[in-house]
Amino acid sequence: MKKFTCSVFLLISCFCGSAQIDPVLLRDPSRDTNSLQLNMDAVYSRPFNKVGKLPVAVGGYVEANYQYLGQDGITEGHQFQMRRLTLFVSSAIGKRIKFLSEIEFEDGTKEINIEFASVDFEFSPLLNLRGGVVMNPIGAFNQNHDGPKWEFVDRPISATQMLPATWSNVGFGLFGKKYNKGWVYGYELYLTNGFDESIISNSENKTFLPAAKKNADRFEESFNGSPLLTAKVALKNNKIGEIGLSYMGGVYNKFEDDGFKLDKKRRVNVFAVDFNSTIGAAKTFVNGEWAWIGIDIPDTYTEQFGRKQQGGFLDIVQPVLKRTMFGFENAVLNAAVRLEYVDWNKGRFQSTGGNISEEIVSVVPAISWRPNPQTVLRLNYRYNWQTDLLGNPPSKLAGIQIGFSTYF
Amino acid sequence: MFSKTFKATAGVVLMFACLISCRKLLPDAPADDSILDGPVDGLTASEKIIFLRGDVAFNDEIFSSGTGLGPMFVASSCGTCHAGDGKGHPFTTLTRFGQSDTISNKFLHLGAPQLQGRAVPGFQPEAIPAGASFSKFTPPANTGLGFLELVPDADLLALSDEFDADGDGISGRPNWINVPVYCQFRNATVEKNNRYIGRFGKKAAVYDLLQQTANAYNQDMGVNSSYEVFDTYNGLEIDPEVSNQTVLDVVFYLKTLKAPIQRNTSDPEVKAGAAIFNRISCGKCHTPQMKTGFSPISALSEKTFFPYTDLLLHDMGPALNDGYTEGTALPAEWRTPPLWGLGLSKNSQGGQVFLMHDGRARSIEAAINMHGGEATKSRESFQQLNAQEKSSILKFLESL
Repeated sequence: MKKFTCSVFLLISCFCGSAQIDPVLLRDPSRDTNSLQLNMDAVYSRPFNKVGKLPVAVGGYVEANYQYLGQDGITEGHQFQMRRLTLFVSSAIGKRIKFLSEIEFEDGTKEINIEFASVDFEFSPLLNLRGGVVMNPIGAFNQNHDGPKWEFVDRPISATQMLPATWSNVGFGLFGKKYNKGWVYGYELYLTNGFDESIISNSENKTFLPAAKKNADRFEESFNGSPLLTAKVALKNNKIGEIGLSYMGGVYNKFEDDGFKLDKKRRVNVFAVDFNSTIGAAKTFVNGEWAWIGIDIPDTYTEQFGRKQQGGFLDIVQPVLKRTMFGFENAVLNAAVRLEYVDWNKGRFQSTGGNISEEIVSVVPAISWRPNPQTVLRLNYRYNWQTDLLGNPPSKLAGIQIGFSTYF
Repeated sequence: MFSKTFKATAGVVLMFACLISCRKLLPDAPADDSILDGPVDGLTASEKIIFLRGDVAFNDEIFSSGTGLGPMFVASSCGTCHAGDGKGHPFTTLTRFGQSDTISNKFLHLGAPQLQGRAVPGFQPEAIPAGASFSKFTPPANTGLGFLELVPDADLLALSDEFDADGDGISGRPNWINVPVYCQFRNATVEKNNRYIGRFGKKAAVYDLLQQTANAYNQDMGVNSSYEVFDTYNGLEIDPEVSNQTVLDVVFYLKTLKAPIQRNTSDPEVKAGAAIFNRISCGKCHTPQMKTGFSPISALSEKTFFPYTDLLLHDMGPALNDGYTEGTALPAEWRTPPLWGLGLSKNSQGGQVFLMHDGRARSIEAAINMHGGEATKSRESFQQLNAQEKSSILKFLESL
């Protein structure tokens, strides 16, 4: 409750800011209206609304769902979930200086996070400086994660249970993009605070990058004084689609403390490739991401914690009907499927030479209905096969999920 | 008669209603006889609550350096060593060292008896000291332990034949051990020179499930409790890192795990295999049937069960003598392991089997062929069986 109150207070403070800033300067931040949008543009490619004479533009999205899942014959019954409520506040502070923040309430008020809060200074389209709380551009999902953009109730397993989406940190960096006829290419490069030792010492019993999200101190200080480098290049053609290559890496352990050397510097390195395309006259939308993780873990630690991980997802979305439905003009009915795979521990046991498992395969067929582009109602059927470290017979989880997500 | 909108709405509502009501969309529970976990039948509601608490502590509680793991350890949770409550994998095989006779372990000051071969970052794990004998122990299955704990000492003594009075070449005997002060003696426990009958562990060097659990927290995970107070890293008494309640919940969970359920009991080949098993005297050590004494948990009290063990020590010959021992067991003596659940071993060992005390046998037949000492005659009898008879006995063992 205290967190909720603080967050509401912060939000109201944003609105009240008009008393101290020349309101002439404050307006809806300019947006790139070119149709060739990259995933890196997602943070501003959202519906914002001006409210009266307020000096900021606001927006947000909300998503809630019902689910009935069972695992190996056991179900927790009917579950209603308020997954998230996200609020955006943006403002043009001056010519080519803009600010945007994203505050997210997850599972009611169980988690409240500032996912993005940065100021952008545009020197030229190819050279922008961004500082504050930034979303590390690893893969595509971390940057482009708004619920209403996706046809599935759950976020991709590889993005949230292997990669730490949504993963943001305090830091600074550069970004830019350039158009050339039907092409656009962009880059991002950030130095931020980063991971900590919880990624190999956590209650998941596996190497788990998302464990670092629990360390709220990373918004105040770096765990080890060593910056996390995140870099991405992306290329898009208006007829082919977009491909992105990204890297995120840095030292995750406390190698020295109070002047004492404790350990060697141990790095975590993440490489990711992402792509999306709309294919042919049928307008089949294909969207995927794959990531590889390598972590330097002491040889004397347990093999339970993987030295290598890999995984990704592929979404295929096929519009099957576009017409007025229930009075909604240009409503779209989609058939979709998501295929997912994660191997949290890619390697072989020292004792037997056998494969270390710890994998999940998931298939999610879905139907989604969009009464307008900003709103989606989803019906998903999820089926997961998850094996433990030893590769014993998989645990099976399946069930239906019905929900909505909409910008407001 | 009805508008298109009404029909569409009705269709969507009907579809959702079907989906919500259709449990067929969910994965089926595995057959009860195909898994080892799950409680014994007949627990009361309050006993089920404690069982569930123990289940969570055993299978879901993961220790990290921040919650007491190590700094030296073997595994970070109970479930790591006992996936699905079944036998363990060489990945978590324990190494115990230092004692080569029945007198004492001379390496206690160097970390004996158990090797903590892993360490949290920044610390170094243990190594086996020069000159210390050692043996590797594959984690056993947990199921049915409550039944084994409740067998009266008198029944075990009745099965023992230390000096082979009947001349059959088999001379099972109890391991007489020192019992930690925190253990409560079972009803009518038998004492000999201030020692008591151990029944758990490869050498039967553990008295009861509380000792087993407190030891496992301490020796396997480096997690201290008020039962085992000394830190494995510095040997000093430190604050408990797990509560008594949690330890006792885990003990209750282990006590009330069901006994493995035999499969294919009506298969003629399985029946034939059972007959051969007894004919070649395997059942003299792997005693098929036992009975529990009284227990306040009525689901366990005075029940007949089929563990295929006598819980006694037997000389298994020089090939299985690692030169290491515990209690009054000799290095070549091993407690008869229960055979129940044997056919499900591969479901907890990653699709393979790792049998005998250290997982050296990669099939049931290989395990039989490794029997020596008191089991030599039975092994030779097995080797002389024709192919059909061997197939039958192996099918029988797979059914357990």
